[in-house]
Parts: sequence; structure tokens; C-alpha cells
Amino acid sequence: MAQTKAKDDEASQQAAPQVEALNLELAAQVREELGDERLVAMLRDMLLLRRFEEYAGRAYQRRKIKGFCHLYIGQEAVGVGSMAALTDADKIVSHYREHGHALARGMDPNAVMAELFGKATGCTGGKGGSMHLFDAEKGFLGGWGIVGGQIALAGGVAFSQKYRDEDAACLCFLGDGAVHQGIVHETLNMASLWDLPLITIVENNRYAMGTSIERVAAVTELAKKSEPYNIVGETVDGQDIFAVYDAIKRARKRAVEEGRPTWLDVLTYRYRGHSMTDPAPYRTKEEVEEEQDLRDPIARMSNWMVSEGILTEDKVGELDDEVTQISKDAMAFADESDFPDPSVLTEDVYVEWPWDIE
Amino acid sequence: MREIAFRDALNEALAEEMERDESVFLMGEEVANYNGAYKVSKGLLDKFGPRRVVDTPIVELGFAGIGVGAAMGGLKPVIEMMTFNFAILALDQIVNHAAKLRYMSNGQLSCPLVMRGAAGAGGSLASQHSQSLEQQYAHIPGLKVMMPATPYDAKGMLKTAIRDPDPVIFIESEVMYGMNGEVPEEEYLIEMGKGDIKREGADCTIVTWSRAVHWSLQAAEIAAEQGIDVEVIDLRTVRPFDKEIIAESVKKTNRVIVVEEAWPMASVGASVAEWIGRELFDWLDAPVGRVHQRDIPMPYAYNLEPLSLPSAEKIAEAVKKACYR
Ligand SMILES: Cc1ncc(C[n+]2csc(CCOP(=O)(O)OP(=O)(O)O)c2C)c(N)n1
Repeated sequence: MAQTKAKDDEASQQAAPQVEALNLELAAQVREELGDERLVAMLRDMLLLRRFEEYAGRAYQRRKIKGFCHLYIGQEAVGVGSMAALTDADKIVSHYREHGHALARGMDPNAVMAELFGKATGCTGGKGGSMHLFDAEKGFLGGWGIVGGQIALAGGVAFSQKYRDEDAACLCFLGDGAVHQGIVHETLNMASLWDLPLITIVENNRYAMGTSIERVAAVTELAKKSEPYNIVGETVDGQDIFAVYDAIKRARKRAVEEGRPTWLDVLTYRYRGHSMTDPAPYRTKEEVEEEQDLRDPIARMSNWMVSEGILTEDKVGELDDEVTQISKDAMAFADESDFPDPSVLTEDVYVEWPWDIE
Repeated sequence: MREIAFRDALNEALAEEMERDESVFLMGEEVANYNGAYKVSKGLLDKFGPRRVVDTPIVELGFAGIGVGAAMGGLKPVIEMMTFNFAILALDQIVNHAAKLRYMSNGQLSCPLVMRGAAGAGGSLASQHSQSLEQQYAHIPGLKVMMPATPYDAKGMLKTAIRDPDPVIFIESEVMYGMNGEVPEEEYLIEMGKGDIKREGADCTIVTWSRAVHWSLQAAEIAAEQGIDVEVIDLRTVRPFDKEIIAESVKKTNRVIVVEEAWPMASVGASVAEWIGRELFDWLDAPVGRVHQRDIPMPYAYNLEPLSLPSAEKIAEAVKKACYR
């Protein structure tokens, strides 16, 4: 009896889940370094990523966006935290879950949304779509759709940076499912051998489509994967924006000053299915709720900022309203834009056979 | 007769062959727990267990090679490639190893492996996910390439592929998985290398395969309205392709169009057209016509995608041209 009662009490105490605290020491240190204004901008960016994608999800349901559409919701701290540690000279190579990376890099939300809508005003004029966003001017060298393939491209970009002795690094995003592809290991070996300024972020959201990491990785501590190549590997709390920022900042320094690559296993979580058509039956509701309730990267950062007096709750609400409006405006912009003219079909490629019937 | 979906016909073929032959197993990304990205393997894990329905990491080159080795070890692997766009990563194991095994071992070993999965364009998946790459395999001595166009064909052909002693590349059009068609309950096989007349006609022959069969059948309807009677031949197997069925038809119609979803340069259609032009020259009243995808990577924009692909209208136009109308 007594035992049961104690349990009941415990249960009632646990009713409201407590959002986990950030690494406070690190948070204070980054605050000191960047100043409050930058932190507010980072929180705003995370909110933008989330609202933008919520609207993108709705547009997909209304069939305004087609093809595959992989939402980044839940992983915002990785995109925003890492971009905050880079300079304009650095380059980014990403995969198909890249809307968040593109926005965090400062790409125009209108151009990104218009691309998802397949419009001429999109960031690749409608040719790339959700999986293939590009903005060369912003150093955003693509979303790529073949799992793992992009790491070699990033290695090559890093090669070019070293070749020209630039004060810059190349950041590559990868999923946990991509880690086992041979190309990843071939690239890591060359990056180490040739001292390339390559920073690889494994966004370890624990699932590749429907397959959990335990079911495909002989070694699940992915940080260890860099050991055989003599590359520094670290595990990072990907739901703590400051932990991500700090890890990338140190990696960038290592890349630029020592010419050494870095490999980061960034622990994060995707709230939605793999793509818009995946109901994600392979994980439990409890698991998803626990991630959302306890470790949501936006809640963790804003809670801390409010408790530190950097922001009020109201101000957070204002930021949210602002980015919601930006997302809505992007939708309207995309909707009102024109589809690409058929004449662009044969632009940007050498065409050997200009006709389709003969 | 009962009607079932293309994906279910494939599923039945797999289940029946796994039941029949203990050495047949299925391997690939998401084939087991997830029931397959396109649900072709639905229920097979429950039926046959994890020894015979094997989820892999995302390592196409690796598991294709494991498949080749398993075949050397006496098994009959069916390797699912989620899509043939990703099978490009496995090409080395298929082209350099699987295709050569019987020949280089002077017949001591064979490689009864099937590599199957989705291909083609549709639904705005953009450049890296919208490719028809049958030519890559059809080019290689040692490989056979099958591409069904109906649920009936899919089932009978996959069973044949699994029983074949050589590596068979079995390509399924991604947009066809949901298509329904008649499939008998009784067991049947469709012979390797045998084409099928999908529509009889007297004025012009269309030679095609896979999804393009359906565009061609629609084109035949359009042509019929204009008084042109079109015969549609579905090659079903593109290597080896059925020369007899083409010859017989062209001798009757004296005009021919080769229709493919793939790009035109160095394609299967190019080889078929070349063969017709050479072997059936005396029977032709017009140059061999062709309809194919535009010679460009596939754009995402959903107004552009259809412009890049063959269509019933384009095929009907080619038919008219061949008939000098
Ligand atoms: C070479 C290749 N194989 C398979 C696929 C199909 N596919 C797309 S995403 C995906 C899962 C990747 O998971 P992960 O790398 O963990 O990234 P996440 O989606 O979790 O961000 C798979 C199997 C592909 N795009 N490319």
C-alpha cells in the first residue's frame, strides 16, 4: 500500500514534464562571446526554420509542393548553431533534408519556398526542388539526394580551399544512415591524409527512414568512426544550440589553423516522418513526445534566455509572430510566382539530341 | 479474373518463389520491418522471418556484392534496390563481378541473382530520382534485363527471373506500383526474351516496354481516331529482346516507332531501332521513328516534368509522321 501511494505521488509530481536545461556553463560562455543580440537572432532563426517548415508541410498537403519533401522540424539547433560558427567564406554541402540548413545560412525564405513550389523565382529556378536547393553566392553548394554521395563533394570543396590557401572550411551535413556508405570512409581517409579543412556533421536523429541506428550500425557511437582515420571525433548534444555552436567553432579553428578535418556525431531528433508521406509507425508516440517535451531545442534555448533576462516571454512571442509572417509571405510569394518557361528545359546542359520525336 | 495491383503481383511472385525454393531470399533497405519503401515486400518478414527477409544498412555497393557472393555460395538472392537511381552505386559489383562470373569461371560458377526495384520519372522527384537507366545493364554481356508493364507480366516475369541461372536486372516503373490488372491465381511463368502484342493493328507498329506501353496504348487510341490502326508490342525483356515478334509485326505494318522513357543517346531504343533499320530494311515504308525523353536531366518544376517525358500525344504525332499523314 505504502509503496503504491509513494508511486502515485511521484506520478503526480511528474505530470508536467520539465524541459531539460542547457549546458549552463557553455551557454554563459557563448553569451559572453557573441552578445545578447546575436543570441536573439539565433533563437529567431530557429523559430523561422520551424514555422517555415510547418507552412511547407501544409503546402505539401495542398499539393503545392510535390516530389519528396523531408522536413527538418526538431533539428533546428543543429542548422542554426553550426551556421552561427561559420564565416561568409566557408562553404556548405548538404543532403535532401536541407531546408533548415539553407534558411540558417541566410538564404531568402521567398526563394526557398518558391523553389519548393517549383517556381521560376525559386533559388534554382524550379529545377532543383525540395531536395536540391542551391545558393552559390551564399556558399550553399547544394542539397543532394544520393545518401552519402555529398561528402566527397564536400571533401573536394575543402581540397579547393586548401589548394588556394583560403581562410575557410567546408561543412558537410550527413544523416546517421549515410555513415555506412563506402564513400564516407573513402573521403574521411583522404581528408585526413591530405589535411583538408572538412567538417562533417552527422545529424544523428536515430533513424534512417524506418530503420533505427541500432539495427544498422555495428558500432552505434558514431564519433568513433573517425578514429581509424586519425580524425578528431566528438559526440555533441544537438538539441543544445550552444553545444553545436561551440563544437563547430572549434572544428573550424582546427580546419583553418591546422588544416585538420573534424567529425561530429550530433545527437538530435526529427519530429516528423522521414518524408511527408511517412507516418513513422516504427517509433512510439511516447518516444516522440519525450523528445518534444524534454529536449525541444527551441524551448531549451528560449527558457534559458527568459530565465537569464535576455528576453521576455512576450518578446519570444513577438519573434514568433515575425517569422510566422515571413513564412506566410513566402507562401504567398511562391504561390503568386510564375512557373518556369518551357524554354529553360534545355538551358544549362549540353543537349546532343534537341528533339523528342523523330 | 481477380484484379490486383502491380506491387501485389510482385509480392506474390516473391512469396511463391520463396516458398518453392528455400535458397531464395530477399535483401535490401527497408524491405523487412518497414515492408518495403514501395510496399512490394509487405508481409514477407512475417511469413519468412529475418533469415530470409533481410534489412540492410544504406550501402548499395556492399549488399549488392554480398548478394553476388551469396549466389557464389549457392543461394538465390533477390536484391531490392529502393530505386535504380541508387543502384548506380552498386554498378561495380553487378557489372564487374556478377555479369562475369559464369564466363570467367568457364561455367564452374553461376550467379542466379535478381536485382530489382523502381525506376523512371513521375511526381516531380527531380534529377537524381527520375532516371530510366536500363541501358546501363542492357549494354553488359552476362546480364539480362526485364521490364514488366502490367501486373500479370510482373508476376510471371519475376518468377522467371528468380529461376534464371544468370543475373537478371528487373526494373519496375515507380508510377506503376498502384496499377491494377488481372492476375490469375494459378501458377504461370513468362518466358525470358518473349515480347507480347498488347494491341493488334495493321498500319504501324510501336515497339516499347515498361511504362511507355501505356502511353503507347493511349497513342494508339488517338491514332485510331485519325484512321491509323496501330499495333503495340511490349518487349517485356529488353535484353535479350524479341526480334521475331518485331519482325512479324513490321512485315505486316511496314512502319515502326520505338518508344522509350529513357534518354535517346546510346539507349536500348537506339539499339532496337538500329536492328530494325538493318534487318527489316526491305520491309520498311518509312524511316524507323523514335520517341524518348528529352536529352536533359529531369527538372523538378511540375509544369516542366511532363514536357520532358514522352506522352501519348507525342507518340501519336510520331505515328502520323511515319505514316506520312
Ligand atoms: C544511395 C541512396 N540509397 C537510398 C536512398 C533512399 N533514402 C533516402 S533518405 C534515406 C534514409 C537516410 O537516413 P539518414 O541518413 O539517417 O538521414 P535522415 O533522413 O535521418 O536525415 C534513404 C534510405 C537514397 N536517397 N540514396
